[in-house]
Amino acid sequence: MTPITTLHYLVVAAALFVLGVIGVLTRRNVVIVLMSIELILNAVNLNLVAFSRIWGLHGQIFAIFVITDAAAEAAVGLGILIAFFRNKETVNVDEIDLLKW
Amino acid sequence: MTPVATTFFFYFLSVVTVVSGVGVIMRKNPVHSALALIVALLGQAGLYLMLYAPFVAGVQIILYAGGIMVLFLFVIMLVNIEKAQKEEQFNKQWLAGLAAAIALGLLFVFIYAKGRGLFPDRAIQMPEQSNTQQVAVLLYGSYMFAFEIASLLLLVAIIGAVVMAKKRI
Repeated sequence: MTPITTLHYLVVAAALFVLGVIGVLTRRNVVIVLMSIELILNAVNLNLVAFSRIWGLHGQIFAIFVITDAAAEAAVGLGILIAFFRNKETVNVDEIDLLKW
Repeated sequence: MTPVATTFFFYFLSVVTVVSGVGVIMRKNPVHSALALIVALLGQAGLYLMLYAPFVAGVQIILYAGGIMVLFLFVIMLVNIEKAQKEEQFNKQWLAGLAAAIALGLLFVFIYAKGRGLFPDRAIQMPEQSNTQQVAVLLYGSYMFAFEIASLLLLVAIIGAVVMAKKRI
């Protein structure tokens, strides 16, 4: 039985981060893209908390601030999504191309 | 007091979290994705508990799994999912997505292989005060200013969300 080290937690966080990046890049539904962003933020949080076990509590404080940020980002992002859906009747990212040249 | 079955719980929670993460990005129905994300968040809260961070674990469950996910489910209810479900779910960026994922994975492997010595495994000294007490001392002490800025950020987010989601101001 090998003991669970900080590296183990970092590997889990890296896997979550890569999953979130794949979701952001390949999904078409904006809601799922926002959920993938939440996965990325969670991976960062897991890293911060894992390091706070070694270097003191500051990582946990930062994780709480990141959670605050995620809440603000989700509220604003979903507000934009509702406003956009009212105008264009779509939730697909590749049809949101008003600024495309 | 020595922890019990740490290895088992670590692997169990990790597998739950990562498999639910795959579910988030692979499911067709956004409601299924949201439910998978809730499971992933709960698994991660368990990992926080294993890392001696009970306060962050509680915040994760109450705020993320309780608050933000309800927001997501409400928005999924408001937008038309029946129509979106019949359409193509993935855009034509599989190549870019795969390339980015492989590059990121290689970067992580490289960094972990290089920086293994940077992550020491000291014995965890259990603090005398409880974790929540220590977090509060730091949050209202040295991080006072950042705490106030965070409240301002939330105010801006509330106003922004109301302004954008309202029909006419």
